[in-house]
Amino acid sequence: MRPTARRILSVERELPDTYTLEIEPPGSDWSFLPGQYTMLYAFGIGEVPISISGDPSDATRIVQTIRAAGAVTDALVAKVPGDFVGLRGPYGTAWDTKAGEGRDVLIIAGGIGLAPVRPLVLDVLNHRDRYGNVTLLYGARSPRDLLFADQLQEWRGRFDLEVLITVDQAEQTWRGPVGVVTSLIGRSSFDPDAAVAYVCGPEVMMRFTIQELERKGFSDDRLYVSMERNMKCGIGLCGHCQLGRFFICKDGPVMTCAQMAGSCWIREV
Amino acid sequence: MSEVFDVLVNQPFFAGMTDEQVRAVAKSAALVSFDEGSVIFVEGGPARYTYLILEGDVALTLRTQEHGSKIIQTLHRGEFVGWSWMYPPYRWNFDANVQTDVKAVQFDGPKLKKISLADPELGYTMMRRFTEVIVNRMQALRIQLLDVYSTFR
Amino acid sequence: MRETLVIDQEGVDALIHTLTDRGYEVVGPTVRGQTILYDTITSTDDLPVGITDRQEAGTYRLETRDDGALFGYVVGPQSFRRYLTPPGNVFWKGVLTDDGFETVELPEPPRLAFFGARPCEVAAMQVQDEVYSAVGDPVYLGRRGRSFTVAVNCSEPAPTCFCDSLGTGPGVSNGYDIAMTEVVDGESHYFIAEAGTDEGSEVLALLPSRDPLDEELVHARRMVVRAAERMGRHLDTDGLKEVLYGNIENPYWDEIAKRCLSCTNCTLVCPTCFCSTVEDHLSLDGSEAERARPWDSCFTLDFSYVNGGPVRPSPGPRYRQWLTHKLASWQDQFGSIGCVGCGRCITWCPVGIDITKEAAAIRERDVRRVVVGASSAKEGTE
Repeated sequence: MRPTARRILSVERELPDTYTLEIEPPGSDWSFLPGQYTMLYAFGIGEVPISISGDPSDATRIVQTIRAAGAVTDALVAKVPGDFVGLRGPYGTAWDTKAGEGRDVLIIAGGIGLAPVRPLVLDVLNHRDRYGNVTLLYGARSPRDLLFADQLQEWRGRFDLEVLITVDQAEQTWRGPVGVVTSLIGRSSFDPDAAVAYVCGPEVMMRFTIQELERKGFSDDRLYVSMERNMKCGIGLCGHCQLGRFFICKDGPVMTCAQMAGSCWIREV
Repeated sequence: MSEVFDVLVNQPFFAGMTDEQVRAVAKSAALVSFDEGSVIFVEGGPARYTYLILEGDVALTLRTQEHGSKIIQTLHRGEFVGWSWMYPPYRWNFDANVQTDVKAVQFDGPKLKKISLADPELGYTMMRRFTEVIVNRMQALRIQLLDVYSTFR
Repeated sequence: MRETLVIDQEGVDALIHTLTDRGYEVVGPTVRGQTILYDTITSTDDLPVGITDRQEAGTYRLETRDDGALFGYVVGPQSFRRYLTPPGNVFWKGVLTDDGFETVELPEPPRLAFFGARPCEVAAMQVQDEVYSAVGDPVYLGRRGRSFTVAVNCSEPAPTCFCDSLGTGPGVSNGYDIAMTEVVDGESHYFIAEAGTDEGSEVLALLPSRDPLDEELVHARRMVVRAAERMGRHLDTDGLKEVLYGNIENPYWDEIAKRCLSCTNCTLVCPTCFCSTVEDHLSLDGSEAERARPWDSCFTLDFSYVNGGPVRPSPGPRYRQWLTHKLASWQDQFGSIGCVGCGRCITWCPVGIDITKEAAAIRERDVRRVVVGASSAKEGTE
């Protein structure tokens, strides 16, 4: 649990409270898998788990998207290029991209949940020929709250990726769908008997998405979710992130619904 | 008439209903289209029809003094627009704005009711399927209401 | 088979001195404020000589005994966990540099001799060995690896004890350097001492001792067997994991919650509980930072906090989390049950909630026993 000091290469404001930091990797052999996270440390203030949101094929920088929601994240997003952060990791399980090979791929994200799935989208696009239809469904609060809007725009222009975006509230100037992200599921093209779904967002959004996908015929071993729990140590030592027999920090965050065996439906488990 | 029937039998909503039933419902229906930017109905106006969207996108909007026009929900291919024809006072609760050119089946509410009363079994089937749509949409709206993507702090 | 010798109180003193001379900080039982706690000891004078403890659910009292026994008590609230993962232990330190910050090496951990470890305590350390080895924790492993264990077998279990049903006592079978059985028999007061490791043999050889008589060995062994027969409580572990996994939604958890105060006592006295939190501190001038590891408890609201609120805001799910982790999911995670039957959580619960009773109560109310006919009404489709 020793952080190492790393330089910040750039800081970009994505949304009023959300920033993307590019951090110098500890070495040329540093790599991560889509879905993993690091522990970022603001010297003397504290440490938080932050998912990696960059391209897994780019070894020159560690890209992390942070929403300022407390003392530590506030300190992290206040950094400027040249400052340093403490880094540990990468930690946790990855989106199982192997499971999606030869199949239709459905990626569903809500809100800031797009950050942990961006490496997955990029990885799938880097090896596009391995997959069938690839669909990204994204739900956000409002058009102003769309994360990575430029990149979404770029992805929408591709012929080999279907991107559907919905928001919960919009002014009349918005030309896209308004409604929950599950309402997009019926509008996208995939074969539920052979597709793999990767879901990341607030827990309630994931619950309803799972329910909708199961109704569409998805089996729970092809449904991947990224769980959120209180992760303090990242290595399965501190106990805070326990869910049943799992420590989400090391047995997760990415898990299949089959692994969880319905435990995400139980109150306060 | 038979054109409407051909359209309806291919819609998932009518799957599992007999040809006879679909034919009966088709008697209340007509094919219509709306151009982008036009309005299908406006809040407060008399509500007589319901629409099954075949193509295009519709936004239900609500005008507010404080926040301008807000889109409550958008509806798309295969979805119904409009329930206010069912119960008094038969007035629309929202504006229905056409986001992209729409082709739709327009059902005449009073005629649908008459058909349903004449054939209660068909009436029940239609009502059951309508309520399924309404319940699903209500549940989705509840999630939308939760504002799940907001930051707590 | 290693040697078994007989030593007397003088020999026990010699043992403490020998360990101290060999560079160990000898940590053993001593009376502090009406309680037997662990602290550094230098001779048998520091031990709770002629003192016993009376324990029941929610009750702990010290009383005197007339036989001058050194180990005539059962267990106090503390376990050696306190020394292996000291609460608030600073395990990382950094100072600002031109290139950010760098790690400052911390002093070597002390060499500790755990003196008077009950069999359940030895078992608890073995349970924690699995937990901390799984993550390669330098704090625990650094201390544990250099430690020496003097175990003492039990002959007088408390009513709260249930080690026998878990196979973790009342006699110690491994995991010690030296194991002793104290015998007070009329005028004679002696200790059967047995080495469990090479270092144990080495130390034992330095003590004034004699060979045991056969009847002394038999007597000592019989005392431990009798202790097993007088165990105050019992935990039925047969199929317990499946019972608990199958009863996550049993309404009985909320019944327990009506009594549970969420005071965290059970987790703090438990010798296997390992939950901790991470605290970062900064010096006033901002140039030095420390990372400390206070103990934490799954009974607090903060414990499961994620952005928006705690995952387990109610006491019922928190008690369920604790008990189900101890007795069920621990098995999946670390290959053994997370309880050694020491009974501390029963004694030190201010309202006397009893883990053995509650586990049995869940088993009795097993919701998996489907009432015939209850699920026969099928919901229709179309």
